[in-house]
Amino acid sequence: MAEPKTSKSNVDQNVIEITALNKWFGNFHVLQDINLTVSQGEKIIICGPSGSGKSTLIRCINRLEEHQEGKVVVNGTELSHDLKDIDAVRSEVGMVFQSFNLFPHLTALDNCTLALIWVRKTPKADAEALAMEYLERVKIPEQAHKYPGQLSGGQQQRVAIARSLCMNPKIMLFDEPTSALDPEMIKEVLDTMIELAETGMTMLCVTHEMGFAKTIADRVIFMDEGRIVEENEPEKFFANPEHERTKLFLSQILAH
Amino acid sequence: MNTTDINYSKTGKSRPPPANTVGLIGWVRTNLFNGLLNTCLTFISCYLLWLIIPPLLDWAIFNADFTGNVGRECTTDGACWAWLDQRIEQFLYGFYPAGSYWRVNLAILLLFPALAYVLFENLPFSNYGRWYSLAYPFLAAFLLVGGFGLEGITTDKFGGFMLNLVAGLSGIIFSLPIGILLALGRRSKLPAVRLLSVTFIEFIRGVPLITLLFVAIIILQLFLPPNVSVDQLVRVMIMITLFASAYMAEVIRGGLQAIPNGQYEAAQAMGLGYWQSMRLIILPQALKISIPGIVNTFIGLFKDTTLVIIIGLFDILGQARVLQTNPDWMGKVDHETYLLAAIFFFVICFSISRYSINLEKRLDTNRD
Ligand SMILES: Nc1ncnc2c1ncn2[C@@H]1O[C@H](COP(=O)(O)OP(=O)(O)OP(=O)(O)O)[C@@H](O)[C@H]1O
Ligand SMILES: [Mg+2]
Repeated sequence: MAEPKTSKSNVDQNVIEITALNKWFGNFHVLQDINLTVSQGEKIIICGPSGSGKSTLIRCINRLEEHQEGKVVVNGTELSHDLKDIDAVRSEVGMVFQSFNLFPHLTALDNCTLALIWVRKTPKADAEALAMEYLERVKIPEQAHKYPGQLSGGQQQRVAIARSLCMNPKIMLFDEPTSALDPEMIKEVLDTMIELAETGMTMLCVTHEMGFAKTIADRVIFMDEGRIVEENEPEKFFANPEHERTKLFLSQILAH
Repeated sequence: MNTTDINYSKTGKSRPPPANTVGLIGWVRTNLFNGLLNTCLTFISCYLLWLIIPPLLDWAIFNADFTGNVGRECTTDGACWAWLDQRIEQFLYGFYPAGSYWRVNLAILLLFPALAYVLFENLPFSNYGRWYSLAYPFLAAFLLVGGFGLEGITTDKFGGFMLNLVAGLSGIIFSLPIGILLALGRRSKLPAVRLLSVTFIEFIRGVPLITLLFVAIIILQLFLPPNVSVDQLVRVMIMITLFASAYMAEVIRGGLQAIPNGQYEAAQAMGLGYWQSMRLIILPQALKISIPGIVNTFIGLFKDTTLVIIIGLFDILGQARVLQTNPDWMGKVDHETYLLAAIFFFVICFSISRYSINLEKRLDTNRD
């Protein structure tokens, strides 16, 4: 994009800075003292047992969840109650969900063009051309005029990825993008994500696909009970995890 | 025939389905004579139809009287339709001046394109058409009431089926958007908006419509300054609309609750604002789910328009009673007039229902 870059973002390559983040659901302390810095182009895998707060953490990055303490700065904008800031952040951050969340009343193509047309005010023809480009990139241009209900899970998830990419985000968040898929479809989605990683996209991905993690991750983060327990390069993380909790988790994951 | 069948299976190609499962015979077999119980029911139904239909036709048509100036002239044991000739205009237009019937007719004629542009897609000039549909209520009001050069006709002259249509259509047009706003209000994060919506809905739903109408007519006047008067028909129409809106709101709220949270989240994550995500994503899905309930409310509202009788207006049902108590016709036309009114209501309500079924099929995106 031909956006004028501020001198700040040139020097400071950190696109996400989370400091001392705390969040509660009622009395339940779901995120505890989270500190996380992500630099431009980094691929981060987040794993951990169910209920450890992985989803909540990445949902704090685009303000699908509100945090009560600490600072979340995305692309130089600190998230607060200011709706403008929230919109600014959301327009830079794409998100892919476990359950796809495609809009069932719109075709694949319309799913992709919707935000372009209504948020970016792109003319319809341009939006459709752009959307087709991304549908080709995820290798399903021929499904453009089908409704989500007529697509397989893997195809739906790839449409969802294309839909996010259409907005030309700087950061992509993935929340267990393959855990609702049949094994043979997992690969097609992971392949799409690997290709995306190769383009230099900044990615935060909650997943238990350890092979995938080894392929793309710059860093693997292990969470348990609302804390980041361990954080390391994938080689070290898988070969010799430092914490007992991590070892136990890895042995369970790799067991099946 | 046999040889081709064999050929099909030998080459492993797809074959047409067995002959006795398709076409008319297939339909009759699967729907009417599928098992003993089904067959019995089919025969019982046929017998009941045989009992009812021929005598009804005899009464309504074959043995009926169609001519005569007073009830006494109807002498056969069939229906007496002789009054139609003199009275049909009052059944349709009430006491609307006869010289201005064309205004009602024109308003109804203009209604069709206005409806078409709302109900159907892919019509020519649909850009202008939508604007026309929006302008239609004002156009119709102008035609019916007059003003701006057209001779003024007060609403107490409205009557007959035209009155049902006017009240019913305006109720339908306004109760849907008001219902949507109330439903959204009831789910709002803002406590004041939520409280207001809940109070309104629960109050209106908790009171019989007829009570609301009396409030509108009698009690409201006590609070209004003496020189201000809101047209009685308008008051009744507002109350009928609000009454339907409260039900509509709950029907739509049901639809909204069926939309998974993920849809809201995906919309938010894409940067759509509240109203955008409602209009583009949530409401299209919620309204689609709510179609049966919405149609139910519409039909109920349309039938409730017969309550205008309490402000002394004679809708089609009122006209029926007027004729039944007319000395010339007394005792001769009780069934006939009600039957006519029923047919009018049925045609409209049944059309609404058929359209909604058609719409549901068209909006079903799970198959082509
Ligand atoms: N809206 C909410 N209200 C209350 N509690 C919630 C809410 N969302 C999540 N939680 C709780 O917060 C904890 C963390 O949830 P989260 O979804 O972040 O876990 P997760 O690590 O993503 O787990 P999973 O692997 O099962 O997706 C869980 O115990 C969950 O029950
Ligand atoms: Mg999760």
